[in-house]
Amino acid sequence: MNQPDKQPTANGGQQFGDTAFKWLTLAMALAVFVLIALIGYELFKGSHLALQKFGWHFLTSSEWDPVNDEYGAWPFIFGTVVSSVIALVIAVPISVATAVYLTELAPQWLRQPLTMFIELLAAVPSVILGLWGIFVMVPWLRVALFPWLQKYFGFLPLFQGPIYGVSMLAGGIIVAIMIIPIITSVSREILRSVPGLQREAAYALGATRWEVTRIAVLSYAKKGLFGAVILGLGRALGETMAVTMVIGNTPQVVKSLFAPGYTLASVIANEFNEASGDMYPSALFEIGLVLLGVTVLVNIFAQLLLKTFAGPSVKPQH
Amino acid sequence: MKKLILSLLGGASLLVAQNSAQAQISITGAGSTFDYPALTKWFEAYGKTDSNVRFNYQSIGSGGGIKNLMNQTVDFGASDAPMKDEDLAKAPGKILHLPIVAGGVAIIYNLPGNPKLKLDGETLAGIYLGNITKWNDAKIAALNPGLTLPDTSIIPVHRADGSGTSFIFTDYLSSVNPAWANTVGKGASVKWPAGIGLAAKGSEGVAGQVKQLPGAIGYAELAYANQNKIPFADMKNSSGNFISPDPASVSAALATAKIPDDFRFSMVNAPGEKAYPIAGPSWVLVYAKQKNAANGKQLVAFLKWAVTEGQKLSADLDYAPLPENVQQRELKLLDTIKY
Repeated sequence: MNQPDKQPTANGGQQFGDTAFKWLTLAMALAVFVLIALIGYELFKGSHLALQKFGWHFLTSSEWDPVNDEYGAWPFIFGTVVSSVIALVIAVPISVATAVYLTELAPQWLRQPLTMFIELLAAVPSVILGLWGIFVMVPWLRVALFPWLQKYFGFLPLFQGPIYGVSMLAGGIIVAIMIIPIITSVSREILRSVPGLQREAAYALGATRWEVTRIAVLSYAKKGLFGAVILGLGRALGETMAVTMVIGNTPQVVKSLFAPGYTLASVIANEFNEASGDMYPSALFEIGLVLLGVTVLVNIFAQLLLKTFAGPSVKPQH
Repeated sequence: MKKLILSLLGGASLLVAQNSAQAQISITGAGSTFDYPALTKWFEAYGKTDSNVRFNYQSIGSGGGIKNLMNQTVDFGASDAPMKDEDLAKAPGKILHLPIVAGGVAIIYNLPGNPKLKLDGETLAGIYLGNITKWNDAKIAALNPGLTLPDTSIIPVHRADGSGTSFIFTDYLSSVNPAWANTVGKGASVKWPAGIGLAAKGSEGVAGQVKQLPGAIGYAELAYANQNKIPFADMKNSSGNFISPDPASVSAALATAKIPDDFRFSMVNAPGEKAYPIAGPSWVLVYAKQKNAANGKQLVAFLKWAVTEGQKLSADLDYAPLPENVQQRELKLLDTIKY
């Protein structure tokens, strides 16, 4: 007891410490679970009026009419998923390529400053990014990028229709900017954890730098990189402020990415303040419940995808 | 030595301030963001005349203000739309509506050369319903003889967030256009006709879009349009005159609007030669029987001051001052409050 450092294991106090530590960490882990369960319960409770009135129809209906108390979530689900997919399509290649450059190719003196800049991007508040979106990005999209896309890819339904600037695509691009830092940071950590032996073995077999990166590093880290993407996706699904400012906030399901859209998180942020009566706030609560559901489903789907594609072979071998 | 005395004095005055703070009455309110600038200015000015009262106002939106008032967690609420009968029936006591400010909604637009545009309700409804899609439409041209309007698309912009400004705007369109009243209706948020134009968050968002997008049209509080130097249209009122929005023309609408005894009224399309048609009041909501006598007394005193003296201050913020007859009626109503 008096000299615990000399007998670290055969000591009652130490055992008590171990047990306490175990229970404490268990409690912390459970707290997360309880928190999510409570959020789910509160959302469920808040939305019971809407759940009763609309049932499953809420998910498929495109009606959103606060004046006549008719609500449906489909355009918002569509907007959330599409803007997140756009964001991933843009952000994943950029982030992974940046992470590869930072860990494999960049000269030592450049790595730290570059990393710092990326993390700085993560520190830009959402609302600031949104304002930048309105006043800088959207005008540029309207006069430069969108007309160009329409000119060369206008045969695709995705790039047809009138150009306002604010649009589903603008929302996706803003979200991409917001999730690039998180995907890059996590990917970089994962690539750094790939053992040097892997690379050396590949070099020893006469592989080129590209081959080493592709075979020894990327495929080894596939699972971890996928995790990084999921983290980014989680953020993309719930991103609110900046998206609201550039997506056009129109609940509709259309093919064109130039048309305005709407997301689940945005409609809550926009309308909850002034929602009066009983059914209207309840419908917004249900939108929150749907957002939680979409997030869970997307994560499960991603996990399944990971299992199918990655298989057991790339488990890190320790 | 001098320093020491000064710091002692400072400490003493701090103590005095703390003592008087303990005797202070704290009045809390919540609701409309539209009222917030006026209320803040009034709290400051009123605090100078009566230092025993302190105010705390949360501008969480009209819906939230009504909810808090009904749960009796605040002394007063503030709303841009009158409470519905069903909400009033559910409240634990009788709630009084007191109009404290009125404001106009300006129709802003983006056209080459910034011409002064004239519009009427019929045309405006046609634009937002998607029936009028080009700036050189015959209906717009007929209202603006002598103006050459471009052959470009009109892009209507509306508020995405629930807002009292949208309430006034849709209230106006409902009152002048039956098709609008039947298909869209009025509200802080409505189901905007599908596939027409776009929505932006907040007045700054709408103004930002209108400024950027050639051919766009939108609506914003008069104060906002004025401060940001965005051109706005003259609107045809019910007497057939084209009126520019300003505090005077909104006041004129208030003076001629039909105001019932419970003060739940709409002032859109008010009669009167000089009345601007797209305007609305904003209300403070209080219980007719105050639970806390001390707070109630202070609140009534403040509100009496706000609807009379306070009106001079709110005009500086582009709100329309309440006309004399409305002020007198409100003072009478305030006298009926019991504590």
